[in-house]
This record gives sequence, structure tokens and C-alpha cells, in this order.
Amino acid sequence: MTQILAALFTNVIILLTRMTTAVQAHWIGCGPDPVQRIYYANHASHGDFVLIWTVLPPAYRKKTRPVAGADYWLTGPIRSFVAINIFRSVLIDRQKFQRGSDPISLMSNAIDAGASLILFPEGTRNTTDTLLLPFKSGVYHLARKCPEIELVPVWLANLNRVLPKGEIIPVPLLCTVTFGTPLKLQPDETKIDFLARARKALLSISPEASMENETSK
Amino acid sequence: MTPQEQIFALFAGIVGILTVATITGQVLQRRQHDAQSNPVIENLNARINSWWAMVILVGIAFICGKTGVIVLFAVLSFAALREFVTLTYTRPADHWALLIAFFAVLPLQYFLIWDEWYGLYTVLIPVYAFLFMPIISILRRDPQRFLERVTEMQWGLMICVFCLSHVPALLTLDIPGYEGRHLLLIAFLIGIVQMSDVLQYIWGKLFGRHKIAPAVSPSKTIEGFAGGVLSATVLGSGLWWITPFNPWQAACLAFVITLMGFLGGLVMSAIKRDRGVKDWGSIIEGHGGILDRLDSVVFAAPIFFHMVRYWWTV
Repeated sequence: MTQILAALFTNVIILLTRMTTAVQAHWIGCGPDPVQRIYYANHASHGDFVLIWTVLPPAYRKKTRPVAGADYWLTGPIRSFVAINIFRSVLIDRQKFQRGSDPISLMSNAIDAGASLILFPEGTRNTTDTLLLPFKSGVYHLARKCPEIELVPVWLANLNRVLPKGEIIPVPLLCTVTFGTPLKLQPDETKIDFLARARKALLSISPEASMENETSK
Repeated sequence: MTPQEQIFALFAGIVGILTVATITGQVLQRRQHDAQSNPVIENLNARINSWWAMVILVGIAFICGKTGVIVLFAVLSFAALREFVTLTYTRPADHWALLIAFFAVLPLQYFLIWDEWYGLYTVLIPVYAFLFMPIISILRRDPQRFLERVTEMQWGLMICVFCLSHVPALLTLDIPGYEGRHLLLIAFLIGIVQMSDVLQYIWGKLFGRHKIAPAVSPSKTIEGFAGGVLSATVLGSGLWWITPFNPWQAACLAFVITLMGFLGGLVMSAIKRDRGVKDWGSIIEGHGGILDRLDSVVFAAPIFFHMVRYWWTV
């Protein structure tokens, strides 16, 4: 019963997402291949992973789980149902000092079980005027634990305008999801170097960055 | 011929033209001996395929009658406004104003057209939305780039909802001796404006030498413009039998709407240029966005509506 309900909800959510955003995927650095991956994206709205999820091929979508904050998603029965039964999120505790379980192990366990992950290394929704906040170190620790998995930068454009922080009803606007070139942790790469490289790779596929390139030409 | 037979004859003609176009496109494709594909021919075939989809969609709406056509254009307005607002500057403070534009103003405009309330659907957006949208925006007390935000929003509503809704509004006109045939008036307007676009494209591709406004729209040429407008005018005159006009009047109206369509295309190109994009969207394969296909209809529809209303209704 729960499964049927979840499948129904999934299709409704995807339909609504397409009606609101007419989302287009741009696979510029890699294709929609059935490879186990860690997708890491910029974070501006709660709809972010729904957008990535919508553009993934359906068979592959089932194996892709978002990483989300337990402190937000486990407050209330509807949110819990959505997070656990529909998105099958890997819920991690963001509060450093009261962690019951190690978030990195939770994520790597999911990867060992065959899942791909969607994560937002900024750690929280970006409501500032800067394009991308500094990365938290979790993505580095995860890459060190699973060095054979490729990390794919994903830029989400416009969704922050569709659903700004604090709003419930989305405004219809066109959104794009751009997939960049996969990268892996180098054997001797330091944490700071890796986080800088991953962040730069993500920024390089943002439309804002490509616009700057064009004007400087 | 009964109105149904006329609509049927018209659609049969369109299907005939598209069949010829499809065969021509496929022959051109086959003639490409080298493995290299020709982007112009590929785009041409993508466009023709999308034409089939669009004609089928309009055909279904016509079968459903007045309500079907109104629903079709409401959906087109929604998709067009979505493209338009994407290219404008908005701030989080505009969220409620935008929601009202999409989910209140747009449905209300089309409801008023369905209700045939001319006095209100003519002023809903130019007067009421014009005054109340900025009021809703300023309730969130964010003055940054305010004039720019509210004017762009109003422009979007005028173009994508108000102007476009004048196509189904043709159904509300009371033309003596033309009862039960209003769908044909819509077919005339859309058909002529779209054929004019196609003919301008063909004339331009075949004979285009002199660019008409290279800074605004690099693909538009004087030869394409003149050939397209004149041949569409002749075509319009030839379609007089589906309209309440005589051949001479049909030619004049066709001339005015193709001219408006051309100028509207220029205006909308200027906006795209300014925002640094080539197309409004990518929803229609080969054509771009909804607004890329409807920019000329948007500018022609209200003018056509008011000319018909002034000279032909009681």
C-alpha cells in the first residue's frame, strides 16, 4: 500500500515539476549513463533534488537517493513520509555536537548498497547574493571513503526564483539542470585542494560563469 | 459548404501542405551524400515535425469547440508567460505578485472571454492588473529596482495573456451572417500569420541578400520580408471564402496582420538580444519556445480583433 502510494506521489511530483519548470537537462560533461555516482549540486531551495531526480532516466532514478538534513525532514508526519518513502533520503544529522550516528558512514553505507547519491556540499540553502557558499568537508570525507565513485557537479539554474526560501507555492519559471565533467579524489590531494577543485568545477558550469567568459572574450 | 465542411476543407489543405513539406524535407535529407549532416536541413525537418504536432493540437481544440480553443490558449499563455518571466528580473518580494499573475489574472482573463464579458476582459490587465500588481509587490517593502520589476511583469502579462487572449476573443464577436463559423476566423488569423512567418523564412533562405535589421535579428532580410508579406497577403485574399470579408477586404486584413506579425517579431527579437538569448525556450523542437512561435500572433491578434469588431459587428 505504502509502495503504491509512494509510486503515485512520485509521478505526481514529477508531473508538477515539469509543469512548473519545463526542466531541461544539459549533459555537457557526461551522459545519463547507468553508473553509480555522487551528484553534488548548488542548493537554493527544497525543490533542488526533485529537479535532478526528474531529469534522471526513470530506471536510474530509483537507485538515486538524496542526502538531506534529518533535523528538517523528520519534523512532522508528512515531511517524514515524503523524505523516507518517496525520496528514500539518506537522512543525516547536521548538528555537529549531538550526532547520534556518523553521517559519512550513513552515506557510504548507502553507496555500498548500490545507491547513487545527490548531495549539497554547501550544507544549507544559499540565500545570499554569492553564487556558491564554501563547501563543508563532508564531500571530501565521503570521496576518501569511496574513492572509486565518480563525483558529478550539477548546476541548478533558476530554482531559487521558483521557490525562494520561506515560500510554499512555486512560481512557474523555466529551469535547467547542467551536468559537468565527473571528477575523483586524487591519491595525494589534500582536503583544501579537493574542496577547492570540486567547487571550481561546479562554478564553471553555471550560466553566470559562462556569461562572464563570453563578455571577457 | 457548411461551416464544418469549410473547417474540414481547410485542415485538409493544411495537411496537404505539410505532407508536401515533409516529403521535400526527407528528399533534401536523403540527398546529403556525405556523412556530414546539414544543420539547416535538420532544423527544417525538426520544424516540419513540430508543425504536425501543432496542427494536430489546434485540430483537437477545434473539435472541442469554444471551450477547447479557450483552454488551449490559456495553456499557451501560461507557457508563454513562464518563458517571459524567466528572462525578467524578479526578487523574492515579487513572489506573490507573480503567483497572482499566473494563477489568478491569467485564468480570470480567459474566464471573462468564455463569459463573453467584453467590457471587463478589455480592461482587466491594462487597468486592474496594472494598478494592483505593483501594490501587491510593494506590500513586501522592497524598493530595489522596483520600476523595472513592475514594468517587466506588466509587459509579460500584456504580451502573453492580454494580447494572446484576443485570438479566442474572436469567438465572442457578433457578426451578422457569420453565425457558427467563428472558428474559421481564428483559423484565418493564425493561418495567415504563421504562413507569413514560413513564407518569410522560405523567401529569406532562397533570395535573402540584404539584412533588414542586423543588430536586432540577423536572420531577417528585406527580400524575406517583402516576399513573405506579399505572398501571405495574396494567400489571405484567396482564403476570403472562410471569412466574413470579400477578397479585397481579406487581402487588406491579411496585409495588416502580416505586417504587425513581422514588426512584433522584431520587437520580441530585441528583447531576446538584450537578454543575451537566442530563443525564448526549447519546448518546440526546431522552433524554440512558445513565444518564438507566437510572437507575431501576439502583435497581430488585438489589431485584427478590433478591426473586425469595428467594421463587421453590429
